[in-house]
Amino acid sequence: MSTFKQHSILPGFNLALGFTLLYLSLIVLIPLSAAFIRTTELTWEEFWFAVTTPRVLASYRLTFGAAFAAALVNAVFGLLVAWVLVRYRFPGKKLIDALVDLPFALPTAVAGIALTALYAGNGWIGQYLEPLGIKVAFTPIGVFVALTFIGLPFVVRTVQPVLEDIESELEEAAAMLGANRLQTFLRIIFPTIFPALMTGFALAFARAIGEYGSVIFIAGNMPMVSEITPLLIITKLEQYDYAGATALAVVMLVISFILLLVINLLQWWGRRRSALA
Amino acid sequence: MSIEVRNLSKQFGTFAALRDVSLEVHSGELLALLGPSGSGKTTLLRVIAGLDVADAGQVLFQGEDATDQHVRERQVGFVFQHYALFRNMTIFENVAFGLRVRPKNVRPPDAEIRDRVHDLLKLVQLDWLAERYPHQLSGGQRQRIALARALAVEPKVLLLDEPFGALDAKVRKELRSWLRRLHDDMHITSVFVTHDQEEALEVADRVVVMNGGRIEQVGTPDEVYENPASPFVYEFLGNVNLFHSRLHRGRAWIDGIEVDAPEHAEAEELAATAYVRPHDIEVDRVAKDEAALAARVTHVLSVGPIVRLELIREDSKDKNPIQVEISKERFRELQLVRGDQVFIKPRRFDLFPNQIH
Repeated sequence: MSTFKQHSILPGFNLALGFTLLYLSLIVLIPLSAAFIRTTELTWEEFWFAVTTPRVLASYRLTFGAAFAAALVNAVFGLLVAWVLVRYRFPGKKLIDALVDLPFALPTAVAGIALTALYAGNGWIGQYLEPLGIKVAFTPIGVFVALTFIGLPFVVRTVQPVLEDIESELEEAAAMLGANRLQTFLRIIFPTIFPALMTGFALAFARAIGEYGSVIFIAGNMPMVSEITPLLIITKLEQYDYAGATALAVVMLVISFILLLVINLLQWWGRRRSALA
Repeated sequence: MSIEVRNLSKQFGTFAALRDVSLEVHSGELLALLGPSGSGKTTLLRVIAGLDVADAGQVLFQGEDATDQHVRERQVGFVFQHYALFRNMTIFENVAFGLRVRPKNVRPPDAEIRDRVHDLLKLVQLDWLAERYPHQLSGGQRQRIALARALAVEPKVLLLDEPFGALDAKVRKELRSWLRRLHDDMHITSVFVTHDQEEALEVADRVVVMNGGRIEQVGTPDEVYENPASPFVYEFLGNVNLFHSRLHRGRAWIDGIEVDAPEHAEAEELAATAYVRPHDIEVDRVAKDEAALAARVTHVLSVGPIVRLELIREDSKDKNPIQVEISKERFRELQLVRGDQVFIKPRRFDLFPNQIH
């Protein structure tokens, strides 16, 4: 133990580490392992059958696909919002800055209901989209819209501080050396914010995979079409199929873990390339 | 390439950074913009570079108006106080940046870029650091890389904004003389900003002293040090003692000592201040004539070849300490210790009528 211990001004390494481990165990590890333990009630065949029915497979595709698409859209437009908030001064900037956090604070069910009301065939926005043949509410597009809504703050809030740290001198130096704006952005600014952008993307993605409240209102929850995996878990629970529900939970857990691991690797690679570490 | 600025003015909110500044930089010279913070020196440099836009006035390169030219087209090399190296790139890529971003038809081939970058890294004596990243370098090394990067695009003019400001005293001195040698080899028209008078006087061909958005004086280091044009320049360049004086028809009374002041022949009963450098004060044990002021030694600093004395006047209301510098030999002759009485006399001085506020 003492080999890990580094001299520090603030005392309490042992206590702090002990507390951290206990806390993580109680809050994260024990509940998660309970899910794994519960699935052992099933045989391998039963487990495999439960997690590979066509309806379940369709729900994976929707959950992970829509979450990925939403996170991607948020990465692009979140970066844009962060850029505007950092680089420009305009009246009402503080208000817009505060608005970004709203998806954090709003109960997700409220968001779901609001979005449904807007995008339904007779809603404010839906009534103009329907004649164009675009249906948002009660389709996979609706799921995507809800997930985009809840994921936005993650990208903005992770990219914003990094963007603020970029000295304007760097851009001036690039301009003095003859670089145009696109070159300055691609070669100087983007590599610097890339790790933060990946973090924001990962957070938005992870949040979207687990999202339930806002999606179920707008999705319509049609089997094989607009049904997300978390909803299937709830359905199974309501049918007292606890083992089946946990089997799905385990699959989601493993996929999420692998995806986050991959994103972390990408981030590490990006950080090494930008030599910030 | 020569630079000329005409009647530049620049306002930041209510703060006037530049007030009607005109200046000429000769081709191939190394010019220092010297002044305290807020004097407008950095703003002037940034306007020349095109990083800031002046509210009024013109910038000319080689006689051609460049006021509306974009930064990219000015062919100016710029070195920032805090280096502004691209931290996501190796040292090699930092220096190569200016060549790599050129449009395809004027971009040199890779092999040529490699040779040019290595030549420049050799010039700044850091070619062994090519594959490192900026954060692995010391401050002095970073600034030399920043200079190499600026030179890579073969600028017609080199502008340096407090280039040694963030470095410690020793590295600063080394880089200073290194920059001077580099300039002697390359003869590129260079302007650097500094608030360090020693740096300006030591390195530059000519010094521009700025204060409050205006140019106070332009001249060689010798000229501005030996013949300051204003009280500000006197006080900013080196130490100086102030004596209350009075001017009347070509005569002056410096704390009672009557002297000739032919350049103030028209003055009528004018309050003035005499500026005297510490080494322009004679010190004696006995009063040789009436034109000497009695003082008492309150402090002696005898480290190095120059001995610095602090004196307090005995026969005057003016109790500000007077700084005097004498040679070690003179100090041994006089054998002064703290508390001794001495007589002093200004050997050289400049008189400036007091500003009426």
